[in-house]
Amino acid sequence: MKPARFDYVRAETLAEAHAVLASEGGDAIVIAGGQSLVPLLSMRMARPGVLVDIMHVADLGGIVIKDDAIRVGATVRQAQLLAWPELAAHQPLLALALPFIGHAQTRARGTVCGSAALADPSAEIPLALVALGGEIELSAAAGKRQLAAKEFFNGLMSTSRNDDELIEAVHFPRTRPGDGYAFIEFARRHGDFAIVACAAMADAQGVRLAVGGVADFPTARDFGPLDGAALDEAIEDFAFDLEARDDLHANAAYRRELVRQLGRKTIDEARRCRV
Amino acid sequence: MPRLTADRHHRVRFTLNGRPVEGDAEPRMLLTDFLRHVLGQTGTHVGCEHGVCGACTVEIDGAPARACLMLAVQADGMTLRTVEGLAPEPGRLSVLQDAFRRHHALQCGFCTPGILMSLDIYLRGHASPTEAEVRDFLSGHLCRCTGYVPVVAAALDAAAKLREAAGDA
Amino acid sequence: MTASGGGWLGQSIERVEDANLLTGRGRYIDDLAVRTGTLHAAILRSPHAHARIRSIDVAAARTAPGVGAVLTGAEVTALSSSLAVGVRAPIQSWPIAVDRVRYVGEPIAVVVATDRYLAEDALELIEVEYEPLPALVDPRDALASTELFLHDGLKSNVASDRSFRYGDPEAAFAKAARKISVSIHYPRNSCTPIETYGVVAEYDANEDAYDVLANFMGPFTMHPVMARSLKVPGNRFRLRTPPDSGGSFGVKQGVFPYIVLMALAARVAGKPVKWVEDRLEHLAASVSATNRMTTLDAAVESDGRVVALAWDQVEDVGAHIRAPEPATLYRMQGNLTGAYAIRHVAVRNRVVLTNKTPTGLNRGFGGPQVYYALERLMQRVAVELNLDPLEVIRRNLVPAGAFPYRTATGGLLDSGNYQQAVDTAVQDGGLAELQARRDQARAEGRLYGIGLTAAVEPSVSNMGYVTAVLTPEERRKAGPKNGAQATATIAVDPSGSVTVHIASAPQGQGHRTVAAQIVADALGLKPSDVRVVTDLDTARDAWSIASGNYSSRFAAAVGGAVHLAAMQIKGKLARGAAAQLNVPTDEIEFANGKIGAKGNPDNAIAFGRLAAASHWSPGVVPDGAQALRETVFWSPPQLEAPGDLDETNSSLCHGFIFDFCGVEVDRVTGALRIDKYVTMHDCGTILHPGMVAGQVTGGFAHALGAAVYEEFAYAPDGAFLSGTFADYLLPTTMEVPAPVILHMESPSPFTPLGAKGVGEGNCMSTPVCIANAVADALGLDAIDLPLTPGKLAQFTHPKEQES
Ligand SMILES: Cc1cc2nc3c(=O)[nH]c(=O)nc-3n(C[C@@H](O)[C@H](O)[C@H](O)COP(=O)(O)OP(=O)(O)OC[C@H]3O[C@@H](n4cnc5c(N)ncnc54)[C@H](O)[C@@H]3O)c2cc1C
Ligand code: FES
Ligand code: FES
Repeated sequence: MKPARFDYVRAETLAEAHAVLASEGGDAIVIAGGQSLVPLLSMRMARPGVLVDIMHVADLGGIVIKDDAIRVGATVRQAQLLAWPELAAHQPLLALALPFIGHAQTRARGTVCGSAALADPSAEIPLALVALGGEIELSAAAGKRQLAAKEFFNGLMSTSRNDDELIEAVHFPRTRPGDGYAFIEFARRHGDFAIVACAAMADAQGVRLAVGGVADFPTARDFGPLDGAALDEAIEDFAFDLEARDDLHANAAYRRELVRQLGRKTIDEARRCRV
Repeated sequence: MPRLTADRHHRVRFTLNGRPVEGDAEPRMLLTDFLRHVLGQTGTHVGCEHGVCGACTVEIDGAPARACLMLAVQADGMTLRTVEGLAPEPGRLSVLQDAFRRHHALQCGFCTPGILMSLDIYLRGHASPTEAEVRDFLSGHLCRCTGYVPVVAAALDAAAKLREAAGDA
Repeated sequence: MTASGGGWLGQSIERVEDANLLTGRGRYIDDLAVRTGTLHAAILRSPHAHARIRSIDVAAARTAPGVGAVLTGAEVTALSSSLAVGVRAPIQSWPIAVDRVRYVGEPIAVVVATDRYLAEDALELIEVEYEPLPALVDPRDALASTELFLHDGLKSNVASDRSFRYGDPEAAFAKAARKISVSIHYPRNSCTPIETYGVVAEYDANEDAYDVLANFMGPFTMHPVMARSLKVPGNRFRLRTPPDSGGSFGVKQGVFPYIVLMALAARVAGKPVKWVEDRLEHLAASVSATNRMTTLDAAVESDGRVVALAWDQVEDVGAHIRAPEPATLYRMQGNLTGAYAIRHVAVRNRVVLTNKTPTGLNRGFGGPQVYYALERLMQRVAVELNLDPLEVIRRNLVPAGAFPYRTATGGLLDSGNYQQAVDTAVQDGGLAELQARRDQARAEGRLYGIGLTAAVEPSVSNMGYVTAVLTPEERRKAGPKNGAQATATIAVDPSGSVTVHIASAPQGQGHRTVAAQIVADALGLKPSDVRVVTDLDTARDAWSIASGNYSSRFAAAVGGAVHLAAMQIKGKLARGAAAQLNVPTDEIEFANGKIGAKGNPDNAIAFGRLAAASHWSPGVVPDGAQALRETVFWSPPQLEAPGDLDETNSSLCHGFIFDFCGVEVDRVTGALRIDKYVTMHDCGTILHPGMVAGQVTGGFAHALGAAVYEEFAYAPDGAFLSGTFADYLLPTTMEVPAPVILHMESPSPFTPLGAKGVGEGNCMSTPVCIANAVADALGLDAIDLPLTPGKLAQFTHPKEQES
């Protein structure tokens, strides 16, 4: 279990990182926290020609409060965001969801943007981005663009990021007065990737539920003011629309039932949190 | 930093347990292999090489980290601590290590260095953890021998002893 | 802590092992220096569960940078012979695929290179052409198959089929009021130590001799197996173990085929070869416990008394019968009636081959499989007869006073008082309170259940039990196998200090500490005065086939041998002292580091001074009292070979366990929560309470893993689905609660110190105890492991409407 050979570039500036990605295209791979990439290297499932270490690029750091969003730069570790004293005040959903990502030891190195880049269907950060309607800030030598989360995640471990682009930052919308949030996750063991994770956000207009671990990527649906049996029916449709699969840990029917029950519970809790 | 080419060995330097160390590594060399087989510091163990077991946990720039999920070249310039750096002097154990011995919190000892590194860092920032907090924090470490009960007890006992010592000071 | 006149045993003294392990100074195999020029091995493994190998092209790998040698089945068959197979069947067992692969992960080629990275680079250059064959994964399919056989020499996939009859089971079944049955599929799992296998091998062409260092744990019955395979006499196969090992739980027995493989690689390479298994290799292809299909019928009286059992066991050993298999199936032969006085037993044992990893030792070894059936059955008896499960257990227990008790199948239960243990556990463990908790939970609409288990925990295996797989005639021809030689050596050096060597191959269980306690007590010393060495060298140390770390034999057998060796040295020293101090030998006492006359503290001599005398002044030591070095080999006479009626005393000691637990199943997720777990152990005399607690909590955690989280899962095509620690789920701090541990001590009359084994019991009792609780919570007749949320939710989720 040892990696195949690759070159290593420790980028000191954004331009340097962009340049390597531009010249080597798909042969270059960004390494951030390495918590997902290094095992893939060791199993020789990832075989880059060159690794671009972006963790020393000063411009990529920082948690910044913008008008309506929290901008989290590419070198921000999950632990750093979780320990940020203002997190719960600005976005309670993140404070609820981040503790479910792996373990303290992996959060100490894994980055927020790296998790978005990896786009694991069960991962909490992509789910939070989708639930909140967050955005992903991409940049390349050729220029920048910003994508809505639901456009960014487009398949199983797949995103609309081009090979020459890196994620400079992700933007989580800030909470507004009167918003309510809830997060419920079920995994085989504490710290495992979710079998089903539900994030809900309620405001004056209605409620949105986003589900991870079921479809190929986290998926959100707005349920407006629906409640009672009508809400259950709508969640029922949602559960089937996610096209759950069977795997070692759970079958599709099981996942659907968790969406029904945990989804409803998450919505109710988010609504309760509003008042 | 210039591009480090794949088939060459490159000089890697960092601070290990308070001392500067250096050695040569290909870019692909894992930090675990570098510590163990280049620097000869075999106290850091390898149990899975894919980030799950925690046996390889070391301290990097003040935070716990899986050494098997890092390349040696990534560590260049950083500050590392490993289990070899925990005891105050040869023949004496730290408060945490001593608590492990008194509580029989190890059997084969293979998982132990990683657990000690995690806890050593944790107790610096959390003087009065609850059992639930310790269990949550240690969930990133697999131990096959102890059933964890004595490990948790040792951690709580060490926290109490460290509080006492801090109070005395 | 002082203990002047002995008394060290029974205390939880700090372990002498710990300071090094806590400071990063352990000496595990991968920490030790190797000879300059040592090459590093990597193994190419089969991606197929079953395929013919059409061709292997290693030309490019041979010339790759750093490569010293490449080895395939061709080299291995040319230089060695097949590993011995424990049944009478025309099948071979090689440590590498020969012409055919039979499980995912089976070695196909070994590359040795200057480092592991380069060796893995070269693996990628090997071209293998496969002709895939259908895979037989389910033992039922393997049994039924009439055309597809894993080993051509066998015209089926059944390697052994034996039936046994003890007492008069047919009559008992005919007479009994009821017949109650269970049918179970025990899944595959493994104790996966955190340190993987490691081997460093060297071949001396001039002396035609192999020298191997490996974290092998025994049993050393494997030594002759390996030597024979390497085609050398035992004295040309030197096997050494490192001072420390990162856990085993049986699993490191399974390194032995790799010892042979790496020995051959070193021979081909002409250089020492080192191999450290990685975790992916370990999960896919090291070793697994057996999966087993069991149907167990009981002839039952209407009061719940079981009068007869009929076992039908189909043991799936995977693709090869690796020695000592089919031992997993026979380890419990003397204990098929568990803790109960059941006099009539019928058994049919079949061993079937499938396209899965070969099986081997794993904590519990046969016990989990047997008790899962037996204790599920006892619960069914209670449910079907509408009796209290505790009462059913009580009515069937071996009577107190009946010990030593000969079981129907030939086991000899050494000591105990099962009724008292149960009563104490019920009382001190708070069963009534737990029942109240269940009632309340149920009143609130929650799914709460209670499970109970009684079990006998065998320890110190009879080296002859596995010959029960042979017919009495076959056994007669082969010659009897029995016993369990334990050994200990005590040496006194010229400074008069004491060193002990034991061949127990510890894997973290603190043997050095306990051996020092034993000797300290015998010789009136402090444990810190005694040094104990446990790394083993078959060329230098005393050992025998039973040496090693398995069947929980340390405290009972090795500890006993240490005690006997210490008493032997003591006897000689006492005679020397008697001469010097001018008192009769029986008035000499050993205390506080002195040897002196009883009742006369002034007439004494320092232990070290007297002990050194045999070195410095042998002339003044009485004849026959030279106390230099004593080696004791001890084998208990009770461990006889299986008899003509197949009666088999498979183990020397039998602890008793009574467990109960309360669990709750979450209706929404199907997740299982252990509310309370109580485990009562009678493991005879307790030598070190802290270590006994460690064995119990550690075994409990393993058992919880097996019950709820862990499974080596295979797809129908034989693909291995549990290949990483993210798929094969070990319980963590968040999953393992603290069990309530209770004790009783009924010393074993068969062991020198009265101790019995304790390390494996919970692996036998806990999985079924939890399953019984789940069955109680959900009202289930049948349930198999692992008790995953997905599985349990099938019983709690409403039926899904097709939408
Ligand atoms: C034991 C364990 C448990 C875990 N449990 C969870 C869990 O429960 N939930 C969960 O979500 N995750 C979990 N993870 C994975 C999580 O820890 C990773 O941190 C995360 O998925 C990736 O972040 P990283 O910074 O480590 O990225 P890396 O591993 O460095 O990179 C991952 C991928 O993203 C790309 N990438 C990284 N950063 C960028 C960027 N800025 N721009 C473009 N591409 C980039 C890389 O090229 C690579 O392909 C677990 C990991 C481990 C080892
Ligand atoms: S060896 Fe690094 S986490 Fe297991
Ligand atoms: S002490 Fe052996 S794995 Fe933890």
